[in-house]
Amino acid sequence: MKIIEVTNLHKIYNSSEVKVHAVRGIDLSFEQGEFTAVVGPSGSGKTTFLNMMGGLDNPTEGKIFIDGINIGELKSSKLTDFRMKNIGFVFQAYNLIPVLTAKENVEFIMHLQGRSKNERNERAISLLEQVGLGDRINSRPNKLSGGQQQRVAVARALASKPKFILADEPTANLDSDSTANLLDIMENLNREENITFIFSTHDARVVKKARRVVTIEDGKVVSDLTK
Amino acid sequence: MLLSIAWKNLWRKKLRSLIVIIAVTLGLIGGILSAGIMAGASDQALQDALNDYVSEIQIHHPNYSDNYELRYFIDNSDEFNEFISNIEGVKSVTSRVKILGMANSPVNAVGSFINAVDPGTEKTVTNIYKRIADTSGTYFESERKNPIIISQRTAKKLNLKLNSKIVITFTENDSTYSGGAFRVCGIYKTHNSVYDEMNVFIRRSDLSKISSLPENISHETAIRVPVDEDMETVKNKILEKYPDLSILTWKESQGYLAMASEMMDKMIYIFLIIILLALGFGIVNTMLMVVLERIKETGMLMAVGMSKFRVFKMIMYETIFLSAVGGVVGMLISAGLLRNWGKNGINFPGMEEGFEQFGFATHIYPALEPDFYFTLSFLIILTGIIASIYPARKAVKMNPVEAIRTE
Ligand SMILES: Nc1ncnc2c1ncn2[C@@H]1O[C@H](COP(=O)(O)OP(=O)(O)O)[C@@H](O)[C@H]1O
Ligand SMILES: [Mg+2]
Repeated sequence: MKIIEVTNLHKIYNSSEVKVHAVRGIDLSFEQGEFTAVVGPSGSGKTTFLNMMGGLDNPTEGKIFIDGINIGELKSSKLTDFRMKNIGFVFQAYNLIPVLTAKENVEFIMHLQGRSKNERNERAISLLEQVGLGDRINSRPNKLSGGQQQRVAVARALASKPKFILADEPTANLDSDSTANLLDIMENLNREENITFIFSTHDARVVKKARRVVTIEDGKVVSDLTK
Repeated sequence: MLLSIAWKNLWRKKLRSLIVIIAVTLGLIGGILSAGIMAGASDQALQDALNDYVSEIQIHHPNYSDNYELRYFIDNSDEFNEFISNIEGVKSVTSRVKILGMANSPVNAVGSFINAVDPGTEKTVTNIYKRIADTSGTYFESERKNPIIISQRTAKKLNLKLNSKIVITFTENDSTYSGGAFRVCGIYKTHNSVYDEMNVFIRRSDLSKISSLPENISHETAIRVPVDEDMETVKNKILEKYPDLSILTWKESQGYLAMASEMMDKMIYIFLIIILLALGFGIVNTMLMVVLERIKETGMLMAVGMSKFRVFKMIMYETIFLSAVGGVVGMLISAGLLRNWGKNGINFPGMEEGFEQFGFATHIYPALEPDFYFTLSFLIILTGIIASIYPARKAVKMNPVEAIRTE
């Protein structure tokens, strides 16, 4: 089942003195249950592409359909709501609210969704157990390692029961052990619970784990391989 | 959950928040104490005036107050007082013959109201008898003939001491002069120097001996009504039976007193609003720093689906906490201090002269109504809300994509 469809996507940044054509005509679609890496050198347009798919940035041209909905037509406040209900995000850094514990961070998004206290509590604990942090639920982010923080971020992204998870360079700040560990957890979730992951990276070890690899260069797709 | 995050965020930079909180606390302590002193002084001035010489209700012949002519008196004073004292809500009543005349000593002469009073009932209405210091004689308790009570000011002007002789003169209806010699048996002093300069007291019975005024009349009837709400009903009951008399409550006769006490109420709030405004700017500044420091975090929150409205609320809560914590501490400390001072009073040495010209006591019992704290709490929260608008708008206006870019 197709969950994302992107047609003729362009992004031109006008903000600085020079125009930057960061994404130059991407046509792609993603299926439910994919485990896909978007790869490419730094500056190739991965972040820009993921941000547009996540409804964080507006395309200059082209359309993005998520579950058949053209998100370009949603108003800003609707789009925020749409993101909260349909998309899980894992960023490279600054994923967590520093004053909240791991559990509270995971609960937070469910709070935004208006879930009951009981449901929030149970789900947060079970998700943290799934990412191997059952014993750290009451730790604040500054008491967790970078890898542990990213695992909390994954649990947080899952908490809202999104249609798919977008992860922009989730391992960029991690050492190789933590990277492998995080990837294993994501892979397990994908295999066992059919969670869709789309993540960007320029790390070859991460690319190896992906079942589908979309390579972007200069804002264009140069290859799209499924193992 | 937003409230709890806002509260926790408040303590992220403990020192900075504490500095703002302490500033709010100190600002409010200063403001509240000053307000308490102002309100206490104003209320005391009013109470003193009521107790010492004004009384809640005064009754005159309608023409008397124009020129204080002696022929404009109230007839059958005894019956009149009897009627009034039976009205519900009336605590006490007294009548005076009040003559504008002269008080003369060998060295000087001053114009003065000669109040011919009935000491017994007068003591139940005015507190002049309490305003005579132990060493300054008594309130008509002396055995000597023709006692008179004068103020410290008059004593000084006329160079008189206790037991000195003083001659009272006045013009009767048909421009004949009357007068008599009196002996100072008490020297009083209220907080109102203007009143003091203008009033001496003799006994009604002594006046009869030197004046041809009829018996059983009065120029001024003063009534005490302890409960504020009764004042109008008492007035109306008298008016019903004596529609031709001038019956004025203190609010009507002492327009200046009533206005001063009302103005003081407003002043207190203006004063506090100015303090809160100044503190508000400090709070805005702090919250702007907060917003700038948390750009990435706030961007992330908006990216994962936190609405602008919620971001706005979260920052507003934090700002309200920032002002309210100091507000609560400041109010508690001030209320404690005021309670203590309210019991024992505070002195303003060296300022007696200035204070008394305005009818203020120099030993002040600061006091604030409970209402004041409610209004102030509301104002403090309002300060927080208003101070949060600019920083919160800044936070909400930012673009989450820009905010989370990690380069
Ligand atoms: N806000 C922006 N304004 C101008 N240029 C931008 C902006 N964001 C990204 N770019 C440019 O767009 C190109 C693509 O950037 P990005 O999407 O971050 O690539 P990647 O994530 O693959 O490193 C780069 O040349 C970058 O400098
Ligand atoms: Mg990038």
